[in-house]
Amino acid sequence: MIVRIMGEGQVTLAESRLADLNELDEELLAEMENGDGPGFRATLQALLAKVRELGEPLPDDSLEPSDLILPSPDATLKEVQDLLSDEGLIPGTA
Amino acid sequence: MDAGPVLWVLSQVLELESVRRGRAKPMSGVMKRMGMIFRAKANKALDRAEDPRETLDYSYQKQLELLQKVRRGVADVATSRKRLELQLNQLQSQSGKLEDQGRKALALGREDLAREALSRRAALQQQVTDLETQHSTLQGEEEKLTLAAQRLQAKVDAFRTKKETIKATYTAAQAQTRIGEAFSGISEEMGDVGLAIQRAEDKTAQLQARAGAIDELLASGALDDQSGMHKDDIQAELDRLSGGTDVELELQRMKAELAGGTSGGQQAIEGGSTEEQSRQQPQDTPRFDKQ
Repeated sequence: MIVRIMGEGQVTLAESRLADLNELDEELLAEMENGDGPGFRATLQALLAKVRELGEPLPDDSLEPSDLILPSPDATLKEVQDLLSDEGLIPGTA
Repeated sequence: MDAGPVLWVLSQVLELESVRRGRAKPMSGVMKRMGMIFRAKANKALDRAEDPRETLDYSYQKQLELLQKVRRGVADVATSRKRLELQLNQLQSQSGKLEDQGRKALALGREDLAREALSRRAALQQQVTDLETQHSTLQGEEEKLTLAAQRLQAKVDAFRTKKETIKATYTAAQAQTRIGEAFSGISEEMGDVGLAIQRAEDKTAQLQARAGAIDELLASGALDDQSGMHKDDIQAELDRLSGGTDVELELQRMKAELAGGTSGGQQAIEGGSTEEQSRQQPQDTPRFDKQ
């Protein structure tokens, strides 16, 4: 299974580790939807740490799409909300 | 289709997000949703093309544009970083100067002047700390973009090879399935890099605005002059004072000479320092012996 950390690149990790990640991912989503900024940051860091720990980096010339994509470590709750919504992403439009 | 590479990639993210919203099954988890959005984007671009092989060329073109954009981004960030370093040096030498002035003023018994110099220095130090934070932000940004450019370059090269193989070997129908994965992989990278460069540009623009303000401050001398007094007022006062003091000291020395012998105060100081030296000596000597 391939996971991308935005701004960092892709790693591959065993499907069996997905359960570990899922728990944190659900938590992250709940925090995002509740607008819990500090919780969101903490969970995102925990999730990223886990992915980095369990994953093996993919070579740079790999063209494989990712199964899962994670926001970059410094992404804010607002940025991720925008990423997942219809608005706020296109550069240059007010 | 004149959209830049980032706009092109992002507009597809958005289009597909809308499509996905209409028919998607409920999805949980942030990373799953994000993965879905990026995948949908690539599929949509492929679906739209009559001959997927044309999409390959078009995408390749966009990849090269994006690569250019990322390289320019790295250069821009580096320029901003160097400018900050220059400013930091200027602020730090300014701060050092104020500290010296403070020390001198205190030596001349002008605590008020020393206080003024030190409080200006404190304000400067605040700016320095601020700039240092910004500097490390920019450094991080520069490193990330440099790595992103490397990754993208490697992927673009791999994509070009794959594209040529597909164009030479497969019919349009076969190509459709063949290119799916390579195309998803590269467009995902483009979306990611596109956002990264966008963020870097935003950050750089913010920092440049502040750097411009600091340049103006440094140029106007306002950093020297936060009290609204004349620019190098502290220095002028110190020069005046120390000029006067030198004369005073000289006069005192002469008076003491005329009165015969050195002053009692000086004797006390000399006596004290000699005592100190003799106390330190026993400690120093064994150390030399050991070596």
